[in-house]
Amino acid sequence: MLRRTLLAALAVAVPALAVQPAAAQQGVKIGLITTQSGPNAGLGRDMVDGFNLAIRHAGGRLGGAPTELIVGDDQFRPDAGKAMAERMVQRDRVDIVTGVIFSNIMLALSDTVLKDRRGVFLVSGNAGPSELAGKDCHPNFFAASWQNDNTHEAMGQHMTNAGIKRAYIMAPNYPAGRDALAGFKRFFKGEIAGEVYTQLGQTDYAAELAALRAARPDATYIFYPGGMGVAYIRQYSQLGLMPQVPLFAPSFTADQTILPGVGDAALGMFASTYWSESLGNPANQKFVADFEAAYNRIPSPYAAQSYDAAMLIDSALKATGGSIANKDAFRNALRAANFQSTRGPFKFNTNHFPIQNYYLTQIGKDEKGRLVNQMRGIIFSGHADAYASQCKMR
Amino acid sequence: MATLLFLEQTLNGLQLGVTLFLMAAGLTLVFGIMNMVNLAHGSLYMVGAFLTATFSQWTGSFALAVPLAVAGTFVVGLAVETVALRTLYARDHLDQVLATFGLILFFNELVKIVWGPVAIFIDVPAFLSGRVELIPGAPYPVYRLVVLAVGLAVALGLWWLIAKTRIGMLIRAGASNREMIGALGVDIKRLYTLVFALGAALAALAGAMAGPIYVVEIGMGDSMLIKTFVVIVIGGIGSIRGAFVAAIIVGVVDTFGRIVPAQLGLPTAIAEMAIYILMAAVLFWKPAGLFAARA
Repeated sequence: MLRRTLLAALAVAVPALAVQPAAAQQGVKIGLITTQSGPNAGLGRDMVDGFNLAIRHAGGRLGGAPTELIVGDDQFRPDAGKAMAERMVQRDRVDIVTGVIFSNIMLALSDTVLKDRRGVFLVSGNAGPSELAGKDCHPNFFAASWQNDNTHEAMGQHMTNAGIKRAYIMAPNYPAGRDALAGFKRFFKGEIAGEVYTQLGQTDYAAELAALRAARPDATYIFYPGGMGVAYIRQYSQLGLMPQVPLFAPSFTADQTILPGVGDAALGMFASTYWSESLGNPANQKFVADFEAAYNRIPSPYAAQSYDAAMLIDSALKATGGSIANKDAFRNALRAANFQSTRGPFKFNTNHFPIQNYYLTQIGKDEKGRLVNQMRGIIFSGHADAYASQCKMR
Repeated sequence: MATLLFLEQTLNGLQLGVTLFLMAAGLTLVFGIMNMVNLAHGSLYMVGAFLTATFSQWTGSFALAVPLAVAGTFVVGLAVETVALRTLYARDHLDQVLATFGLILFFNELVKIVWGPVAIFIDVPAFLSGRVELIPGAPYPVYRLVVLAVGLAVALGLWWLIAKTRIGMLIRAGASNREMIGALGVDIKRLYTLVFALGAALAALAGAMAGPIYVVEIGMGDSMLIKTFVVIVIGGIGSIRGAFVAAIIVGVVDTFGRIVPAQLGLPTAIAEMAIYILMAAVLFWKPAGLFAARA
């Protein structure tokens, strides 16, 4: 009698133990920090939606591990971003922090994440400041996006190739604005007809554009993300500059967070980018179609990068059998970047920043009459950043 | 060449100036008459622009959308004054700043819920989308000239309202001594509501006209608000005339401040400081502003 009960108990207990392989059932906890309030909330929305789409494509489990996603708002403020990172790392005890649009916020929160004793990973879905690519590179930091200078370098190269002699260049007066024009000048070999920095958040460019017209440049290169870009492109077009002085920009000033607000004024503008809604590889076609079906709009690069970040994590978890407990194994699996990026060829450099292609696009209309980035060719293939040599990865 | 550029920049400065004036007129009255610091004035500018975008989509006409949006924001102004601000007049300025800052957050979230987080589109109406070559070699957008003309016309209308009508007389009296006009039996509550809603409508007009040039997005009024406060401090709190003169001065100084230092090879930080240096100078010589409303 007693023996039968014991046997019965064992019969129930043993299979229960057997289906619980040590780590896989613990799951992975991911904190996504992005901008969800104020004028840049649209970028954050795309990031969250892109990440969620990837989780759905992975059947709700990244790398087969039960996945919990916690989303937090940085309010477009470094201090709020850092506080959010502290909360996620220390209280929610996440394994990975991702997201982060703005470099100043990334630099404010990176120490909080990377210096935690548990060995938390930071996978950037956008910001790629030169510090983290160079002297402050870290084994647990990965940029699933790019290094800040790259897109601007690409346009500098393209405008040199196109034989443009005199370029007028403009950006907002803040670190990423100065980096942008520095990156552009690294590859543009013509003459700089004017280099102008405007106030961050400024939306009236009448004075600057009058000065630009007086300088008679051959072309204009600008870096104006968000609402600044909307206002600039419109006023450029309203002043009648668009056909005579062609306008060039990085994708941040020509993507789906900008184009609907600009309207037809953007037609004909050129952009340099690492990703476009019209890029033809299979992973991207699936991503764009499913994103549109789910959210009823064309994705922006922020959505694509965030999707890629999730797919990168998915690939690494698959390689480790769904466990993040062994940090070295997980890190090596991330380094392998064994996933289908929406950008096509993608691999990591020694500093954990991507080596990838950069393309030229032009703003045109799709078959539904919506403004999109149409592919015009490739500028760089397998382009790496300028800071990798300064990185002594431990 | 330099003279022509100077003329073009003056035009740009005047156009920025009248936009600032439309914002400042309402803010200075509310500050001057109710002794109320209203940080949410920029939110009404934003509401005006978003309503214009929606109405021009519904009606297909920008010219029709602007008055509708101005009227709509007038109603919003009535509601905000009645529900939220009325209880704050007797409180000190810190309470008012906190409460109206709360209103900014409220309106930003409301706009995000109703219109979504991405900048939305309003086009310059087709009949105003051309350019005229007032200055040789520098075709100027017709729409910006229209903004300038509308701003000047509204300034003239406000002058008539304030100087020649009974309401205007009460507003002026309120600005110079509000206890006294209350004691004389004027329904001060109704006057306050009316002045606030009038200010809201003017801010909405500024937002509506700015929409097709700048960008219609969440928080679009915030940067405008800071310049507007500079304007009313320079002009003298409570004075419409002061607001007009100061708005034009600030518009022109800001415009030239953005290009002259760069051409002289000076640090561009001067551009950001120009209007604040101006404000500091005015406060030094005339602490109550150029045209103080209160004796």
